[in-house]
Amino acid sequence: MIGGLFIYNHKGEVLISRVYRDDIGRNAVDAFRVNVIHARQQVRSPVTNIARTSFFHVKRSNIWLAAVTKQNVNAAMVFEFLYKMCDVMTAYFGKISEENIKNNFVLIYELLDEILDFGYPQNSETGALKTFITQQGIKGQHQTKEEQSQITSQVTGQIGWRREGIKYRRNELFLDVLESVNLLMSPQGQVLSAHVSGRVVMKSYLSGMPECKFGMNDKIVIDKQGKGGTTDEPGKSGKQSIAIDDCTFHQCVRLSKFDSERSISFIPPDGEYELMRYRTTKDIILPFRVIPLVREVGRTKLEVKVVIKSNFKPSLLAQKIEVRIPTPLNTSGVQVICMKGKAKYKASENAIVWKIKRMAGMKESQISAEIELLPTNDKKKWARPPISMKFQVPFAPSGLKVRYLKVFESKLNYSDHDVIKWVRYIGRSGIYETRC
Amino acid sequence: MTDSKYFTTTKKGEIFELKAELNSDKKEKKKEAVKKVIASMTVGKDVSALFPDVVNCMQTDNLELKKLVYLYLMNYAKSQPDMAIMAVNTFVKDCEDLNPLIRALAVRTMGCIRVDKITEYLCEPLRKCLKDEDPYVRKTAAVCVAKLHDINAQLVEDQGFLDTLKDLISDSNPMVVANAVAALSEIAESHPNSNLLDLNPQTINKLLTALNECTEWGQIFILDCLASYLPRDDRESQSICERVTPRLSHANSAVVLSAVKVLMKFMEMLPKDLDYYGTLLKKLAPPLVTLLSAEPELQYVALRNINLIVQKRPEILKHEMKVFFVKYNDPIYVKLEKLDIMIRLASQANIAQVLAELKEYATEVDVDFVRKAVRAIGRCAIKVEQSAERCVSTLLDLIQTKVNYVVQEAIVVIKDIFRKYPNKYESVIATLCENLDSLDEPEARAAMIWIVGEYAERIDNADELLESFLEGFHDESTQVQLQLLTAIVKLFLKKPTETQELVQQVLSLATQDSDNPDLRDRGYIYWRLLSTDPVAAKEVVLAEKPLISEETDLIEPTLLEELICHIGTLASVYHKPPSAFVEGSRGVQHKRLPPRAGSPDVGQSGPSEAPPAVIPSQGDLLGDLLNLDLAPPTATVPSVQPSMQMGAMDLLGGGLDSLVCSSPAASHFATNVISGLGDLFDLGGGVGMPTGSYVAPKTVWLLAMKAKGLEISGTFARRGGIIQMDLSLTNKAMSVMTDFAIQFNRNSFGLAPAGPLQVLTPLSPNQTIDVSLPLSTSGPVMKMEPLNNLQVAVKNNIDVFYFSCQYPLSLLFVEDGKMDRQVFLATWKDIPNDNEAQFQIKDIHLNSDVASNKLQGSNIFTIAKRTVEGQDMLYQSVKLTNGIWVLAEMRIQTGNPNYTLSIKCRAPEVCPFVYQCYELVLKN
Repeated sequence: MIGGLFIYNHKGEVLISRVYRDDIGRNAVDAFRVNVIHARQQVRSPVTNIARTSFFHVKRSNIWLAAVTKQNVNAAMVFEFLYKMCDVMTAYFGKISEENIKNNFVLIYELLDEILDFGYPQNSETGALKTFITQQGIKGQHQTKEEQSQITSQVTGQIGWRREGIKYRRNELFLDVLESVNLLMSPQGQVLSAHVSGRVVMKSYLSGMPECKFGMNDKIVIDKQGKGGTTDEPGKSGKQSIAIDDCTFHQCVRLSKFDSERSISFIPPDGEYELMRYRTTKDIILPFRVIPLVREVGRTKLEVKVVIKSNFKPSLLAQKIEVRIPTPLNTSGVQVICMKGKAKYKASENAIVWKIKRMAGMKESQISAEIELLPTNDKKKWARPPISMKFQVPFAPSGLKVRYLKVFESKLNYSDHDVIKWVRYIGRSGIYETRC
Repeated sequence: MTDSKYFTTTKKGEIFELKAELNSDKKEKKKEAVKKVIASMTVGKDVSALFPDVVNCMQTDNLELKKLVYLYLMNYAKSQPDMAIMAVNTFVKDCEDLNPLIRALAVRTMGCIRVDKITEYLCEPLRKCLKDEDPYVRKTAAVCVAKLHDINAQLVEDQGFLDTLKDLISDSNPMVVANAVAALSEIAESHPNSNLLDLNPQTINKLLTALNECTEWGQIFILDCLASYLPRDDRESQSICERVTPRLSHANSAVVLSAVKVLMKFMEMLPKDLDYYGTLLKKLAPPLVTLLSAEPELQYVALRNINLIVQKRPEILKHEMKVFFVKYNDPIYVKLEKLDIMIRLASQANIAQVLAELKEYATEVDVDFVRKAVRAIGRCAIKVEQSAERCVSTLLDLIQTKVNYVVQEAIVVIKDIFRKYPNKYESVIATLCENLDSLDEPEARAAMIWIVGEYAERIDNADELLESFLEGFHDESTQVQLQLLTAIVKLFLKKPTETQELVQQVLSLATQDSDNPDLRDRGYIYWRLLSTDPVAAKEVVLAEKPLISEETDLIEPTLLEELICHIGTLASVYHKPPSAFVEGSRGVQHKRLPPRAGSPDVGQSGPSEAPPAVIPSQGDLLGDLLNLDLAPPTATVPSVQPSMQMGAMDLLGGGLDSLVCSSPAASHFATNVISGLGDLFDLGGGVGMPTGSYVAPKTVWLLAMKAKGLEISGTFARRGGIIQMDLSLTNKAMSVMTDFAIQFNRNSFGLAPAGPLQVLTPLSPNQTIDVSLPLSTSGPVMKMEPLNNLQVAVKNNIDVFYFSCQYPLSLLFVEDGKMDRQVFLATWKDIPNDNEAQFQIKDIHLNSDVASNKLQGSNIFTIAKRTVEGQDMLYQSVKLTNGIWVLAEMRIQTGNPNYTLSIKCRAPEVCPFVYQCYELVLKN
């Protein structure tokens, strides 16, 4: 299990050091600094073995978090724990920075004592932790016995992510379907790989212990219903549904129920959390198509023409569009002409950056550039990195639709109809590249 | 208010100031001071001088202050054990507090203080807390048992905490169950044979129920524990799999990987024609792919594991090639791993896509990555024959880029392509020769020289080219020198007339001017070959080469099986068994996959349908002379490839020794080197499996009259992979004997005491004491006559005494001595018949199965059995601690009490001793 946990600043100074096991000595702190933080070469692996001691590290801005062990631990668990620790710290005091860590070191030690016991991760849900560890010192001095046992049963209970007795005057919930669409396209317009990775993020402000049921146009569910149920929408179900390659859920979702019935039911945490993640590869709506044309004119000139076409309903608007066209290292000057938006050559980034604020569906726009090159005797050819693109569209490129989100709370007197629900779809570009 | 100010006080006299503040009456000031102390402790300053002052602050209602003091205590208690006692009372009192959070805090902290006196006081409160009404206290107490066990294992057993911990597996609270499982699993690791976890269908059922309800971390503990269970039959296995599969949709990647581990392991037991088996295979792919959308560090862990899974069950991910395509901004460690998996998944169906990708990668910036990509193109050519032509032309394109390291890497892989497809692509040699000057890395130079030597007859100026390399012969690395020597000999054999001068030049350079023994030896071998019999030389040097393997870097099957059992853990990240990087007793136990369903065949060690053709060319003598040692590495872990050691022995002992040295003493010299070499490859620890090996009764080794009244009798035993010397020391003198010590002279297998002789109490007159001395095989090696002779010196307060004894060779038979069938066949053929020895074992009235079971108890493994005309033939293998393999064939005729035993071994002098062991085991 985890033998110790260290946090360093960018210089390699220790900010937090907590040792859980006897086999980890103070020298481990220095070993990591010398061999990883101060290493001359770029870090080649997130797991390092120094003198039979293994170090796992992650970096957040310029802060290093390292877990140390001498045993054959579950490596995936250690990394998941480090990420979780970052989440918990962020939830308590915002950004993970040297200043924030120094300002909250007592709190961090207290958290580390609670979420890791003898190197075994314990309950690390912020919701539960905040009931008895706070930044203003510890609650619990003047609690009644009932309150205390409520805390402990929540921390150890089956529903560790939600406390009892939550009350809201307005029961409200917000659903965000956030997708990032990834594409790698050949210069000839052939899709080399494309996938959507999506997240359903929920903000719930619901009273009591509500049972929720979430439904979407999952092909497996729709097909099943189509067979057994009425056939009032013939042919429609097939088109409207999407094939989900795989999905993972927040720990509140009953996985065995999903496995047997493919229904998503859960008692949600209070506030914001990620309900599910999913991945699709079939029938993806690619919001933009990039058509590059690069021509080398002699040894000192390059002509580039890039056309982008938007491929969605004309009534919708894409936003924050940015096309990045890489230029060779020996570029001496660039002249750009674009029909829409603004384009600039950024020498420090070796790229032409073309920005368009808004663009409606089924439109097309183009940019052309002349790149002057310095003659070099460098034998190595320019690698031609791909043209990448960023954008945001108000729909889900995977085609996912939320069909329902039902809320049941039997003990309190509000019903599914009283809950105000908001659903929003946002599609963003992930790694959206076209080779040229 | 912020806390960062505590980090800034660095003035002199700080300790005094702190001391004053700690003793202040004001609560706030006290707390401030403790915070300053903790801050100093964090940055590594020694604040242990403040111990009494800090401990005084412990008696407080302020929980925050209390926690800080506890933190300080955990750090410094060990250095100030006497003063730490001051804290005991507070702990004991806190364990009775009304607030469950405080009870838990006290028991949690107490377990972290490694001071014996405190530990004594911990037992009572811990016992109460294990039965506390509050689950939060119970789950903390469960972990505390593991802490206590780490400090004092005996105490935990004596106090019966293990049983209480076992009871907690049936607790109503899922988190208590999870922590109890975690604690028990860890304690069980340090008692490999204790059967502590005692998993049975009822407990498994409880665990599976808790699995649905506990936290993500608890699920990991439970799944990891489940993975060590061995279901009774395929139905139980299937029902567990069914209840574990829902975990594959968990958001926590570690839960997913642990579930994959359980499924991969239990799948072994399912019959392949079962529908469920196919369904399960299909269910595994999507979650594995999803792991690749996690954060990069987790992706790395996932990819290292997928690498194992792909080797074990390629069918799972064969259609998922695209997800392993490298993204432009992946971290380098992710890129390199993805590339590895791409090569493994490359097949005829996807090769076009893969090649297009690899070509892209070869133009990136990171040198390591580019090199690997170029190499991957070569591997594709070798793996998928249809693509070879395209690969070669791609490589030629890359050579045209003139990027130095790309060119060199390309030449290295083209050499392998030539090996695989002889007489097909030699037209490109001309292009390769153009780049001769730019090669500066040994591997690339060596590859180029090999090509020139191999195709000398087609290259007009081969002699000139080789001659140009010869100019700087002394500055070259060994690899290049060896290559050059061989290439010129090849050239000479092909064009004898023009190159006589050249060959003489290189032979004299190699034999007279070089300090390198390898080079000299090879030079001499060639020289003698050429001078005695040029026809024979031609047959040896220009012999047809064995096939090159299609897969590279395959993990050896038994190691792969073990690593599959460790999916998700560090072992799977390092691709090494835990014993390779974990100290002490933990992790020494090798894990194995359950036996494959429906394979009653004894000989089948792994479930692999078609064992990949890995040709152990490295180190092979013949290969060496042909210079096949440039072939791609066939295995990553040298210690597990027996043929390597054999090859090394073969170099001196395989009948060619007359070439090296004509005197009969040569073979003696050779065996000495053999055991030395073998020792280098020593596998060390065996498998922690209890074996019922035969132990001879004790015999008297040292007579009392010869040793001033000390009589020693003893015997040897191998118990669970540990070699032990059991001694009885009897005092037949009138005075008390003390201060015993033991030492061995150097011996054939490097036996040496692994610890001191444990005679703690003085030996009074007429008293006998029995001691067991564990032995290791890592001592110095010297060949003894007879081979199993051991010279021992024992010292006591009176004098030093010497005696010698002989150990049965079976002491050195290791637990993993079961050879793979294919390897057995190949090795049997490979060992010259001269090395075969035949023996008769008389008067045995056992049938072949009983005999084979008996022998297995002493680590003589039956690999296969054949019955021909009423005669049972048993094929058996034995491995010695120093890596020497012994192969045997035992013929048993029904009704005939005499067995015929044929033994083959590279080191024939062990044969009679192996025969001795057979006789001992079978007759007792």
